[in-house]
Amino acid sequence: MELHEDKIKYLEETANRIRQLIIETLVEAGSGHSAGPLGMADIFTALYFHVLRHDPKNPEWPDRDRLLLSNGHICPVRYAAMAYAGYFPIEELKTLRKINSRLQGHPHRTALPGVETTSGHLGSGLSQACGAALASRLDNRKNRIYCLMSDGEQDCGNTWEAAMFAAKYKLSNITAVIDRNNIQIDGFTENIMPLEPLRQKYESFNWHVLEINGHNFYQIIDAFNEAKVIHEMPTLIIAHITPGKGVSFMENDYAWHGKPPSKEEAGQALKELKSREREIRNSHNK
Amino acid sequence: MLNKELKLSDKIFQDDIEQKPTRDGYGQGLLIAGEENSNVVVLCADLTESTRSEGFAKKWPERFFEIGVAEQNLATVAAGLGISGKIPFISSYAVFSPGRNWEQIRTTIAYNDSNVKIAGAHAGISVGPDGATHQAIEDIATMRVIANMKVFIPCDSVEAKKATVAAAKIYGPVYLRFGREKTPVFTSEETAFIPGKAEILWESRKPQTVIIGCGSLLYNALLAAKDLENDGIGTIVLNSHTIKPLDEKKIVEIAKKCGAVVSVEEHQVIGGLGGAIAEVLAKNYPAPMEFIGMQNVFGESGQPDELIEKYGMGVKDIKAAVKKVIKRKK
Repeated sequence: MELHEDKIKYLEETANRIRQLIIETLVEAGSGHSAGPLGMADIFTALYFHVLRHDPKNPEWPDRDRLLLSNGHICPVRYAAMAYAGYFPIEELKTLRKINSRLQGHPHRTALPGVETTSGHLGSGLSQACGAALASRLDNRKNRIYCLMSDGEQDCGNTWEAAMFAAKYKLSNITAVIDRNNIQIDGFTENIMPLEPLRQKYESFNWHVLEINGHNFYQIIDAFNEAKVIHEMPTLIIAHITPGKGVSFMENDYAWHGKPPSKEEAGQALKELKSREREIRNSHNK
Repeated sequence: MLNKELKLSDKIFQDDIEQKPTRDGYGQGLLIAGEENSNVVVLCADLTESTRSEGFAKKWPERFFEIGVAEQNLATVAAGLGISGKIPFISSYAVFSPGRNWEQIRTTIAYNDSNVKIAGAHAGISVGPDGATHQAIEDIATMRVIANMKVFIPCDSVEAKKATVAAAKIYGPVYLRFGREKTPVFTSEETAFIPGKAEILWESRKPQTVIIGCGSLLYNALLAAKDLENDGIGTIVLNSHTIKPLDEKKIVEIAKKCGAVVSVEEHQVIGGLGGAIAEVLAKNYPAPMEFIGMQNVFGESGQPDELIEKYGMGVKDIKAAVKKVIKRKK
């Protein structure tokens, strides 16, 4: 599918709005992760506003594509994208991490329709995607299973058990994405537990692997489209991500992995994002 | 005397009573459940024959998934199937599943409310020569503590078949516990199995204590009850095949009637059936209680009957516990 410039502009604007919602949600919650959700805003925007076959008003639609978020801690971006797509009122984002909320600190399937599985304990998402992919195959459904993972959870044995399993059963209906932002709680991934050469690891496990700039919508959408036509193999997209993307003082600083902005910091972040919003509008209007 | 209404085996106290491992009943139950519902699927972690998943795998190869020696993946792939409309049964030895993959079971199956049935084979010390590495004696505790988990422990292969079929019909996570060894088949096809309902197997005219058990050790409890009656000591033997939800009403009612309780299980005395009963009694009707089971130790290699004797779960141990608990009554 040819991508028109106005489609790209729409996605860029949407991602920017979602980043603003993430900041507003986090400052209200007073706890949670900042860098991961901001980094993955472009991929979530591409998925919810272009790639996924889904219906926000009918989240139980049996033929929908499934989006399993393995690294549940970046759920503010999922919640923001879901609210913006119409799954629930944007106002409800303010309840994140608060008592009696449907928006649990780590996403919970039975709490919020549209959250495909409970996650947040790392390393179990890819296996669950395998289970969902097997179920689709048994039921002759043509839907796709998307599984988003962090790079940190590539430390988990469970992830590699799933990687072997997906290749064994030739689960070509799975598109997995690794948020390759190079940071985890204790520091840089290559210092904590080196993952490289990550691409070759998955290739040797019989996966089809693509590497993209996770902030370039042309590359993101091309990669998701390519995955749909790969046969007999699951596809992994290694998305190179700038953690904290869009907020200058959060970018590439692992201190922002696990904390929310203060009110002042949020104000500064929103100012930057709004200025970027104007830039996007103007650039495309020329 | 035996409860006639339950229609237990005609050969119950005869030497030629049929002997079969409870895992055989699991295999038969899978075939019935698979026939009744095409959404039933089976996953196994490199133990297809010994967990008796083989028959299902041969009959419905497209509904059987071999995971390899990867129990965390076993639980989590099943979790994904279970939230997608399937009814997965996962089979391994109880030490490995639900042992090694406990957290995955807790979060992706129980908390996630995924419709997965966990079958732990080779549970208890009667695994025998393989030794303590393969003897699961903690699994009742680790499963019953999880919210939204049901726990069934069948007493023989016929009950195991019924429990397996019943588990497939209940929505939500269930743990099923099976043994390796051949054990007496003392129930019959006609014996009732209702999840959550404990059944009186034996009742003397003037019971002085109730022996509440689960699994194949219930047969030892019955032998003990018969001997005790001959010695003039009356008991009730209660089959508490469902550990969770426990039949609290019946347990309290019978504890009141007898005034003392002995629990019998092939499991640590900490946190298992005995622990569950003690929780209920402490709240409703405190009564003297003795606990037959593993006394906070690991097992070892040996023949199953030798191990049961050595670790205090034989007929004589149950009789001694009954006499002791009666003395403790005020």
